[in-house]
Amino acid sequence: MQFDAANLTTILPEITILVTACLVLVVDLYLKEKNKDVNHKLSLFGLVIAVALTGVVGGGERVVFFDGNLVHDRISDLLKGSILIVSLFVFVYARSWLKDRNMLVGEFYVLGLFAVLGMLIMVSANSFLTIYLGLELQALCLYALVAFDRDSKKGAEAAMKYFVLGALGSGMLLYGISMIYGATGTIEFGQVAQAIAEKGLSNQVLVFGIVFLVIGIGFKFGAVPFHMWVPDIYEGAPTPAVLILGSAPKIAAFALAVRMLVDGLQNLHSDWHGMLLILAVLSMGLGNLVAIAQTNIKRMLAYSTISHVGFIFLGLLAGSNQGYASAMFYTIVYALMAAGAFGILLILSRKGFDVENLEDLKGLNDRDSWYAAMMAIVMFSMAGVPPTVGFMAKLLVLEAVIRIDLVWLALVAVIFSIIGAFYYLRVIKLIYFDRPMLNLPELVTTNGVRFAMTINGLALLMLGLFPTALLSLCQAAFV
Amino acid sequence: MGNVYLTIVLAPLIGAIVAGLFGSKIGRRGAHSITISGVAISASLSLWVLSRFIWHEQPVFNDAIYTWMVSDGIRFEIGFLVDKLTVLMMATVSFVSLMVHVYTIGYMADDEHNWPHGALTGKNSYQRFFSYISLFTFSMLMLVMSNNFMQLFFGWEAVGLVSYLLIGFWSTRESAIFANMKAFLVNRVGDFGFILGIAAIGMYFNSMNYAEIFAQASALANTQVAILGGVSLMTLICILLFIGAMGKSAQVPLHVWLPDSMEGPTPISALIHAATMVTAGVFMVARMSPLYELSETALSFVLIIGATTAFFMGLIGLVQNDIKRVVAYSTLSQLGYMVTALGASAYAAGIFHLMTHAFFKALLFLAAGSVIIALHHKQDISQMGGLRKYMPITWLTALFGSLALIGFPGFSGFFSKDAIIEAVGASQIFGSSYASILLTIGVFITALYSFRMYFLVFHGKERMDEHTKHHLHETPWVVTLPLVFLAIPSIFIGWYAIEPMLVNDWFTSGNWMPIVVSHEHDTLHHLREHWHGQADFIQHGVTALPFFLAMSGLGLAAIIWWGVFAWNPRVDEKLQILGDPITKMLQDKYGFDDFNQRIFAGGSRDLGRTLWVTGDQNVIDGAIVNGSARRVAQMAQWTRHLQTGYLYHYAVAMIVGLVGLLTLFVSF
Repeated sequence: MQFDAANLTTILPEITILVTACLVLVVDLYLKEKNKDVNHKLSLFGLVIAVALTGVVGGGERVVFFDGNLVHDRISDLLKGSILIVSLFVFVYARSWLKDRNMLVGEFYVLGLFAVLGMLIMVSANSFLTIYLGLELQALCLYALVAFDRDSKKGAEAAMKYFVLGALGSGMLLYGISMIYGATGTIEFGQVAQAIAEKGLSNQVLVFGIVFLVIGIGFKFGAVPFHMWVPDIYEGAPTPAVLILGSAPKIAAFALAVRMLVDGLQNLHSDWHGMLLILAVLSMGLGNLVAIAQTNIKRMLAYSTISHVGFIFLGLLAGSNQGYASAMFYTIVYALMAAGAFGILLILSRKGFDVENLEDLKGLNDRDSWYAAMMAIVMFSMAGVPPTVGFMAKLLVLEAVIRIDLVWLALVAVIFSIIGAFYYLRVIKLIYFDRPMLNLPELVTTNGVRFAMTINGLALLMLGLFPTALLSLCQAAFV
Repeated sequence: MGNVYLTIVLAPLIGAIVAGLFGSKIGRRGAHSITISGVAISASLSLWVLSRFIWHEQPVFNDAIYTWMVSDGIRFEIGFLVDKLTVLMMATVSFVSLMVHVYTIGYMADDEHNWPHGALTGKNSYQRFFSYISLFTFSMLMLVMSNNFMQLFFGWEAVGLVSYLLIGFWSTRESAIFANMKAFLVNRVGDFGFILGIAAIGMYFNSMNYAEIFAQASALANTQVAILGGVSLMTLICILLFIGAMGKSAQVPLHVWLPDSMEGPTPISALIHAATMVTAGVFMVARMSPLYELSETALSFVLIIGATTAFFMGLIGLVQNDIKRVVAYSTLSQLGYMVTALGASAYAAGIFHLMTHAFFKALLFLAAGSVIIALHHKQDISQMGGLRKYMPITWLTALFGSLALIGFPGFSGFFSKDAIIEAVGASQIFGSSYASILLTIGVFITALYSFRMYFLVFHGKERMDEHTKHHLHETPWVVTLPLVFLAIPSIFIGWYAIEPMLVNDWFTSGNWMPIVVSHEHDTLHHLREHWHGQADFIQHGVTALPFFLAMSGLGLAAIIWWGVFAWNPRVDEKLQILGDPITKMLQDKYGFDDFNQRIFAGGSRDLGRTLWVTGDQNVIDGAIVNGSARRVAQMAQWTRHLQTGYLYHYAVAMIVGLVGLLTLFVSF
């Protein structure tokens, strides 16, 4: 392994995040309580630099470097950029919540940044080992973030559940990797694909391994029946942790799926196709149905996540470049929507008052009509109502499914998304047509947060009106 | 020139928007100033463009302004086609509209009395009214200036919308709401045919653009369509489009809405329901002359419908006592004349009559409105009489309007009506002799009902109550000035326009012919051959049958409603009893209203109720919507119990998932 300039410049964004994380770790030690805001500024600065560097080193030919452990291609460029931008929003939204509760400490940012680093590594991994390392780095940070509010019993319980189930999931993934290694004798995606092409497709060990890989992917995405952790963790964890957990990691999970299944096991598409199909239908069904019965908005959004994962799987299982591109589009858009939705919850929360229940959103329009409008856009987008981008995303995925002649599947997806529209529209109804509850704390917000939320919300609208901007990038990633 | 045309169209729209949205801020004066200046800009530019066409060989403009979308090879555009046909319509529409705008200042001055005290809708009604009529002008100009079917349809529906809004303007009156609903529904029937016609054009011509369609027309002339046992494509398209025209131009049997539309304020009766909107159908057919020329069946259909309307609707005018309804039936009858001209392929004569009619009928309506103002919104002609000495300007202009309407030699109506009768007489297609007879007798009827109204209103004893009589005086100048300005073209426009429009090549010169007439349908041929100037035409006219009929109608009206009426005011009643059951039939308007009310309105209400109860309430709401919602809610409640909160349950679920996938996909 050579640490030469060519190798290092390509991972400049990762290096930036690493340096920022270490810097925050050290600087935090010397900060007085009232200066903790420096952590926040440093992290944002690091993220902005990383976004810029992603742009600078991005583009160009596909390169495999660090002895085949990492890869740099258009997929990694776009996914890295998306992860970093979504994380930027996340940190901006989280600040005032943390500050209100005296939790604006370095640890939050260190853990958050390391999680981002883990995701970046997953995105540019070229071997099973690297991707597993990235995954674990990210997962360990997230476990800690869920337990971040030390005094919260619910948080601790959620973290425990997440940790145990996560260990189970990772164990299965690792077991699957070992099967693949056993069958092909390599852990590098390109060589795995080559080996499979040479040896033929009939190896049962491979299929056995794929089942475990798909379970690992399903767990990270939160697909039924490996979704059990999702609602409990979303409900129990502090909202900023849910915000981190619910947005960018979905993009990383997408990278996990694409790297392993597409880069490594594309030739076995006929095998994993069926598995994803089952997970997709179950996720869309269960997610949308159970979300209706929720009164806790975080749980509702958790089930909504599950149903969206079903849609992402639709694009993946199509097995065509168009399908992958549409799934990628969907994932990035979903991360933006999730950031917006949880961002609103954070904005509305005050010290001693967390927005937990749907009722807390009642009459938001009377309290702050601009945030109400942004939340409405996010909800419309999640429901897939034109002209928001959620509609485009669903449309593209469905198109991919129909192209491979799975019309029944598209129909199932549409029916479930109609059912799902109910609970999104209910939120809008609460926001606009109900009276606000009494004794709500006043809504205070900073210009920076308002600005970020405005960009976030309007992006969903603009991307819906002009989807080509993002879509062409997604399509270029899979050619 | 594109910008000029755009200005002509948009100036009234801007006025309408400002007066409509900011009416309460700018007040009455602001509203009428801005709308009148908008329409004045349109009118003066239109007249300027007209003068360019007359004296400066202005080239035809046919271009797209904006492409809305391209779908499946068909371009949907906003575009203008301004040729010699369009420019006449533009000038007529914007000029009459301007007159009506000015007139409205006087007519609506005390509009608050027309609303119940404190009615919310009565607030700013004055400004709203101006906004509507300006919006109408915009829509009508869009309609006539269109170069494609999409925009034509837009204009068509937009004028329909404004007409609907204005008929029901006094929305607190039951009868107004009934009338605008009726107009709306009847026009839906027509528009259904119209849009089917446009769809047929889109399907076979693969274009919306007039020029492109006309270019392909002869190639598709012999195409057959396999519906109803095979009909010619052209016949199908033309009849479908004409059904739209029947709705808009109130031809039998879709005429029923027009008399009821008199519930609207009088200025819009003049503008929309006499001078402009109702002639949109006539204009459309003339515009489509290259298509209509290819189908003799469609022409016969048009001819028969037109002649029927012209005669039978005129008869109803004889038994009406509401001043506006008399004029409304006269409008129906005159529209019938125009449509008959189209059927006889004398499109130029139809458009010519459209133009003269626009002036004299707007004049008659506005004069009627002037009378209505003076009598404090009383409209019954049996309660009028002797207004001549109180309202000299109204009286004189109304007399000119009536003379123009009956075709008194030298007045504008004389030229246009004689040309139509002559052209129909020369026509050889099926139904032309029927039409010819009806139109000729129609002249007598026209004279009779016109002068019945004239004598009852302006001559004889004053029959109104003392209070009204005491307040009688001529209306203000904003009302009388438009009367005078409309009286001038009502008298003279025929004399000046007949030569270029019917005899010379106004419609047929240059590369682009707005009106195409095939050789064997050229019914105006005779008129052209024997043309020796207007004086000669009049000379011939006074020796022909229509003139004698008109004069005897006038004379008979004078004897009965001037002479006899003076010593026996109940002569009208007696005549009507004498004429029973014909009078009864006419008063029932041949039973069209009853029939529609009972069969169509009642029938569809019953059908709707049945479908609502069985289909909607039971099946859709009951079983499908609420049923499925209940089912979903149950399932949601059931499945949420899977989430127990116990970690080991979750782990088991994962293992079950694993085992499931393994058994499904791995075969050992």
